[in-house]
Amino acid sequence: MPTFEYAPAPESRAVVDLQPSYGLFIGGEFVDPVDGTSMKTVNPATEEVLSEVAVGGAADVDRAVKAARRAYERTWSRMPAAERGKYLFRIARILQERGRELAVLESLDNGKPIRESRDVDVPLAAAHFFYHAGWADKLAWAGLHGAALGPDGVPLPLGVAGQVIPWNFPLLMLAWKVAPALATGNTVVLKPAETTPLTALLFADICRQADLPPGVVNIVTGAGATGAALVGHPDVDKVAFTGSTAVGREIARTVAGSRKKLTLELGGKAANIVFDDAAIDETVEGIVDGIFFNQGHVCCAGSRLLVQETIAEEVVGRLQQRMSQLRVGDPLDKNTDVGAVNSAEQLQRITDLAAVGDAEGAQRWTAPCPLPENGFWFSPTLFTNVSPAHTIARDEIFGPVLSVMTFRTPSEAVTKANTTPYGLSAGIWTEKGSRILWMADRLRAGVVWANTFNRFDPTSPFGGYKESGYGREGGRHGLAAYVKEA
Amino acid sequence: MTATTPALTDRVRDVLGSTTLDDASLRRWLHGLPGVDEVGAHGRAAMLGTRSIKTTSKAWALDLAVSMVDLTTLEGADSFGTVRSLCAKARVPDADDPACPKVAAVCVYNDLVPVAVEALAGSGVKVAAVTTAFPSGRASLAVKLADTRDAVQAGADEIDMVIDRGAFLSGRYLKVFEEIVAVREVCDEAVALHGRRAHLKVILETGELSTYDNVRRASWLAMLAGGDFIKTSTGKVSPAATLPVTLVMLEAVRDWAALTGEIIGVKPAGGIRTAKDAIKHLVLVHETAGERWLDPDLFRFGASSLLNDLLLQRRRMRTGVYASPDRLTLAT
Amino acid sequence: MAARLDVRKTYKLYVGGKFPRSESGRSYEVTDAKGRFVANAAKASRKDARDAVLAARAAFAGWSGATAYNRGQVLYRVAEVMEGRHAQFAEEVARAEGLTAAKARAVVDAAIDRWVWYAGWTDKVAQVVGAANPVAGPYFNLSVPEPTGVVAVLAPQASSLLGLVSVVAPVVAGGSTCVVLASERRPLPAVVLGEVLATSDVPGGVVNLLTGVTAETAPWLASHEDVDALDLAGAAPLPGEDPTVDWGALEAAAAATLTRVVRPAGSGASGEADGAVEPDWTVLPDGPRRVLAFMETKTVWHPKGR
Repeated sequence: MPTFEYAPAPESRAVVDLQPSYGLFIGGEFVDPVDGTSMKTVNPATEEVLSEVAVGGAADVDRAVKAARRAYERTWSRMPAAERGKYLFRIARILQERGRELAVLESLDNGKPIRESRDVDVPLAAAHFFYHAGWADKLAWAGLHGAALGPDGVPLPLGVAGQVIPWNFPLLMLAWKVAPALATGNTVVLKPAETTPLTALLFADICRQADLPPGVVNIVTGAGATGAALVGHPDVDKVAFTGSTAVGREIARTVAGSRKKLTLELGGKAANIVFDDAAIDETVEGIVDGIFFNQGHVCCAGSRLLVQETIAEEVVGRLQQRMSQLRVGDPLDKNTDVGAVNSAEQLQRITDLAAVGDAEGAQRWTAPCPLPENGFWFSPTLFTNVSPAHTIARDEIFGPVLSVMTFRTPSEAVTKANTTPYGLSAGIWTEKGSRILWMADRLRAGVVWANTFNRFDPTSPFGGYKESGYGREGGRHGLAAYVKEA
Repeated sequence: MTATTPALTDRVRDVLGSTTLDDASLRRWLHGLPGVDEVGAHGRAAMLGTRSIKTTSKAWALDLAVSMVDLTTLEGADSFGTVRSLCAKARVPDADDPACPKVAAVCVYNDLVPVAVEALAGSGVKVAAVTTAFPSGRASLAVKLADTRDAVQAGADEIDMVIDRGAFLSGRYLKVFEEIVAVREVCDEAVALHGRRAHLKVILETGELSTYDNVRRASWLAMLAGGDFIKTSTGKVSPAATLPVTLVMLEAVRDWAALTGEIIGVKPAGGIRTAKDAIKHLVLVHETAGERWLDPDLFRFGASSLLNDLLLQRRRMRTGVYASPDRLTLAT
Repeated sequence: MAARLDVRKTYKLYVGGKFPRSESGRSYEVTDAKGRFVANAAKASRKDARDAVLAARAAFAGWSGATAYNRGQVLYRVAEVMEGRHAQFAEEVARAEGLTAAKARAVVDAAIDRWVWYAGWTDKVAQVVGAANPVAGPYFNLSVPEPTGVVAVLAPQASSLLGLVSVVAPVVAGGSTCVVLASERRPLPAVVLGEVLATSDVPGGVVNLLTGVTAETAPWLASHEDVDALDLAGAAPLPGEDPTVDWGALEAAAAATLTRVVRPAGSGASGEADGAVEPDWTVLPDGPRRVLAFMETKTVWHPKGR
């Protein structure tokens, strides 16, 4: 009997028109960096070099900020808000029209499965532009308490926003940053992540297709130094960053004492809490989605599984069975569940932290998924016998590694869940409604998913408590980060 | 309790952990099963619906799907003639392709069983009969058993019974249980008559159960009572078979096998019209219950128009051009 | 008849519902606006600040877990008790700020009214800034504000009572607890406020008041890992004086644990560092902004299914 095999069902790369090299997008055109350096961006699934991308230096950042300031003063802040909104609608539509191209490019550059880039990243990015487009001429009714108002009663923009985004959701994070900034009337200079610049550069082309006035969106590729130059630039009014807590701390230090407005969306170590009355099949799916979505490169990943002792064994058993079915491999294969780790550096970090898990006495179980030979891969992994004191229960691994711990009572679950400097997200699985609400009240996290996990929506504010950062992205709340305070 | 066979009594005791069998003990047990989150189940089913399979696997899957079809006609207007032509189609689904497998069974109303038995003699295609006052099930137990006995005596290989949804939804689980047990006993009478049991498929009519929690409970109740198959629908109620319903039922047979070692079959029926739908169901089978269930003895499609679409896709794969339905025979 | 020798008041710290002296045993001279000796106030040390943070943390679960209605009642009761001490407050404010009796009474009136204004916000903010989010899927999605936690407050240096109330009341109205550094040179109205809090229904530890040298204690609070937010209002110097507190350095210290920072008001252009100035606290706040500054937004998702 033939076996029931899934086809390699690769999405065609032909839709993507990759150029051998890219400049910086400043003032509406692609320009060479002042000092002419560049970096290579590789496909993490094959280690193939995809393109050469410019590295922006301080002079380039300065050029970009000047372009953004000029666009802000001469064009964008003078434009009727409704017209500004129409540009955003245009961009949203083009994101949809070029969705396939963006999805393939994202998977090539990032390593995430095409199923996710196609069904999650790109549609959500377009949705963010649609949602914020409508806000552009309705800000007076957004309930932005304490905002400085213009003569027409409309909250005023800040000016130029410097935005630095991570490599885990390159286009989506761009959308989370650019859409609210533009809708509220700011212009932006955006620095994409070092390892995933390509969709941002394609977005630059989309801005041109939309006839967005030059300088409203500027994209300066580069690495840490480029981001630092942007964050520290004196003519930036607003800094928005998504990334690690360590870098977030540095940025907070940099802007301290200035009048720059700052929002930070940083790391997490979310507890995903499973009670013994949970809807078990959907719970197992939710645990899998919580930690293996996007290879676990998710700040809000449910990386700490807290299971009630009464069903710990059953849950772990079902989880192992389910993990064995995960399909790890070619990100462009439509059947792939778990793609490539984004970089050799990240793979090393995951490998090292997992080794610490072994050394500290946790029990490692690895899903028997065959891995490709080239590229950066890490098999879905589960650690049991984990105690809250273990490194893998405290440090953000940012990879497909789940640490399992147990609890006996709801209070104990809350205490264990909250004992972390992070506070981005949490999950609760139980069929008992009053317990969900009791738990949700007590979990110190900005997003609480009950009987679901890793859901995102442009209308829904996202952001953390404690060292997971401050400010919210999405919803009415997200607009507050981009308007001037009275 | 009415379960007469000692084996069934033992199993009930083992599974329920209770020596008493009544509505209360069944309710405790069924309501103690894990719940099903509707949104989560929909999400999982939708995700599996995006799987694409290899061309070679696809050819194999299409053949497998053909061999899993319970080719069905359940109309008041059914005649000897229409059943005979359906049987001919069941034996030779694609006259142009001798390699095309036969379907699993022909499914008819009880009075047409003799016609089908005669028409399918020696073919290996089974005859399935819907009984127990199908589709509503609103008749006395005596009538339901007589209905079933008729079909068994006429030589039906398989009995598709309906559960009493009214009793189920009002919590009279014992009544549902006892009816299944009683019908099962009639099925077993086939051993004396024909030297083999009649296989029992228990139709839950999921479209009337309204929630996935109920689908899960009804699945477990039917398995406890001795059903060989659990089947989604009569085809007379909408919605009939959907991917999430099939998913929940596949989870039930998987967990039942883990608990008891018994392998129970699943039959989605009604609403599956295209080869694409059928393959999505097979993906669900593969990833939920496992490869073991990719077998006509354990998974069936209750369908009529599905067969022709499967045949069209087979032809397309064989010839490389899109096929015309005019080249296929009509089912009835 | 010989004049009666008055019984002088001892001005102490207010920590965890009690009135300790500084653990350091230190005190400093407080003078009136004309420089005349008024009293010795306790000079809080870093250990007093540490104890105050512990007290605020211990009080947080109860205070944040109380119903918003209950918090409103408790805060309104504070205003009632303040009214009963109107004369004492007026005397302290007049001495501290050099105001005429009439002006000082007006300041106390405003401070009590400000407290009442914030008391009314406790059960309104969630409705005003909460949201039912219309997500594109079968999910119930709600965003609600929740108190941030322990807030370190540098109270305004000039406005010793109205300014103090204007920064403390919003913190506790939102459900956070606080450690407050009173105006360094005008600390006595704050001590009286502590006495009011102790005799109203505010649980011990919800508000902790420290007197002393702002520049000495503030860095310990800014860098404290268990402080969740920092209000730098009191970084602005007294009018006409040079700043003694480097608010940028405090903000930088707070960055180590991503402590939320409310910067002092300033005149400079955005994007540039500048000096802090104390705003006119007599102006009624234009909304619950200071309440919201010490609240987080929590978003809860749940599927809708049968």
